[in-house]
Amino acid sequence: METKERIREILLELHDDVDYDREDCLVGGKILDSFDLVTLVAELGQEFGIDITAEDFVPENFNSLDALAAMAERLMEG
Amino acid sequence: MSFTSLSFLFFVAAVCAVYYLFPVRYRWVVLLAASYLFYASQGWQCMVFLLVATVTVYLTAAVVSRMQENTDRVLQEMSGKGVSGEKRKKYKAGRKKRAKHLVTVCIVSNLCILAALKYLNFGIDNLNRITAFLGWGMQAAYRDMFLPLGISFYMFQSIGYLLDVYWKRAQVQKNFFIFALFVSFFPQIGQGPISRYASLSETLYAGHSFDAVQVRYGLERILWGVFKKLVIADRIAVAVQSLTAAPGYYRGKFVVVLMVFYAVQLYCDFTGGIDVTIGVAQLFGVKLAENFMRPFFAESIKEYWRRWHITMGTWFRDYVFYPFSISRPLRKLTAFVKKHFGMPAAKRVSVYTATIVLWAATGIWHGAYWRFVVWGLMNGIIILISQELEPLYKRFRRRFPKLTGGMPYRAFMVARTFLLMSSLRLFDNARGCRDAFISFWSIFSQWGRRALTAQEFLDLGLTAADYVIVAAGALVVFSVSIIQRKQPVREWLGQKPFFVQYAVLLALFLSVLLFGIYGIGFDSAGFIYNQF
Repeated sequence: METKERIREILLELHDDVDYDREDCLVGGKILDSFDLVTLVAELGQEFGIDITAEDFVPENFNSLDALAAMAERLMEG
Repeated sequence: MSFTSLSFLFFVAAVCAVYYLFPVRYRWVVLLAASYLFYASQGWQCMVFLLVATVTVYLTAAVVSRMQENTDRVLQEMSGKGVSGEKRKKYKAGRKKRAKHLVTVCIVSNLCILAALKYLNFGIDNLNRITAFLGWGMQAAYRDMFLPLGISFYMFQSIGYLLDVYWKRAQVQKNFFIFALFVSFFPQIGQGPISRYASLSETLYAGHSFDAVQVRYGLERILWGVFKKLVIADRIAVAVQSLTAAPGYYRGKFVVVLMVFYAVQLYCDFTGGIDVTIGVAQLFGVKLAENFMRPFFAESIKEYWRRWHITMGTWFRDYVFYPFSISRPLRKLTAFVKKHFGMPAAKRVSVYTATIVLWAATGIWHGAYWRFVVWGLMNGIIILISQELEPLYKRFRRRFPKLTGGMPYRAFMVARTFLLMSSLRLFDNARGCRDAFISFWSIFSQWGRRALTAQEFLDLGLTAADYVIVAAGALVVFSVSIIQRKQPVREWLGQKPFFVQYAVLLALFLSVLLFGIYGIGFDSAGFIYNQF
């Protein structure tokens, strides 16, 4: 839960006009562009001490707040 | 054996006959044999480089995949035995590092081969310039390098496969010969499209039964490609050659003429080649990715690159741009910039750096000359400037919805993009960066220097009839693009009465026969993109 809230804060810093609880097509719907995605990777890495590599860099992991939180938790667990 | 030569047509017909005589499940073997036969016809040296890329990538992918399977199994066992998360993490990181080293060694070795063949003389040239500048008096001799056909296309395709396996986006191919076909499939080896393993593998090995409709579609597509190449591209190439051979003479208005002529030539040459490629693949029931989507209708350079040579653009995006922009050094740079300069700057730094690297790489891929690097960088810089101006455009569109929503405004945007891209293409034909800039500047400084008389046009090497043929051909291509905006052209043609459909195809066939530019032995000029 805490992971999700911290990611929500990062996302709001990028775009504060998106309802992240409902939106499930952040990449496919072009809400997050390449600038946002690259920044998000750096931010998540710093916030959670995780290494998001090209292997994880697929739209399915970035399309929603839930997917992002699941990816972050998976990477934290190793 | 050019794609538009008679020998190639006979070769395809023979392969087709053998392909459909074989049992369905072994048809891919015919394609593999044909691909190596086609490649062998280009010279035995070509085969060596193709085999090196195929074998090294196949073995590395197999080893990496095996390592990943073992790692997953061991991790599961560790988890069952209650081994701590920290230890599991450390083990996983160690294994991942080994796999990464293997992948890196394979990619770097292959790229070194490509670089040695393609860029050795470029390196020597730069070295000579530096030593001359320093007054050392040492001059290295240029080497007579041999560049195997389509080497960068099949290398990119196999590197993409290796990375997909490494990133677990594609299943490893255990059968060497099936993998060898993916790398060498002859219709696409010369100029792309650069296919992805995940999308091509199924259609390539599935084994297709004879489908008269698909074969007909394939033949139509080949005819359309040959028409664009032989009737338009190779004809207007004569004028383009004259214009570029004497840049000092053809200044001002003639630079604009060159820009337009070269745009027509390059488009018809490259899309014509891709049409033949896709059509030939279709004869075997194989579906290749489309590489163009009416690029000259793009309203911005960014959009243009989403429509032109699509498979190259997405390859560079997925295997260069994104991996580089999320690499550790750039992530550290982003964090540093955010801390010291705030979020807006942090958002830009990685993307800007990756964009510049991406376009420098795209530029050097197009040719081993500094002018291509400058061409690439200018594309990147223009894209970044447009990105920065986007909020301004948005405000403008909101302020003047009627104006910006109308056809004239869109036509203006299309024309602007066309001229911008055509200006950048001056680097393709110039002898160097300086010449390209001088040519471009002369549009403004020497506009009135020479009039566009009929005689000047005839002096470019084309007759009045040639110009009529080019104009009529370009009009047909333009009309097809207009139709394609609403529906596939085949669907459109299919709605017409039968006699209209056959009349159109017959007209196309006859125009290739009567107006095609043929050389010795009915061989056409090489495709521009074959040299990459």
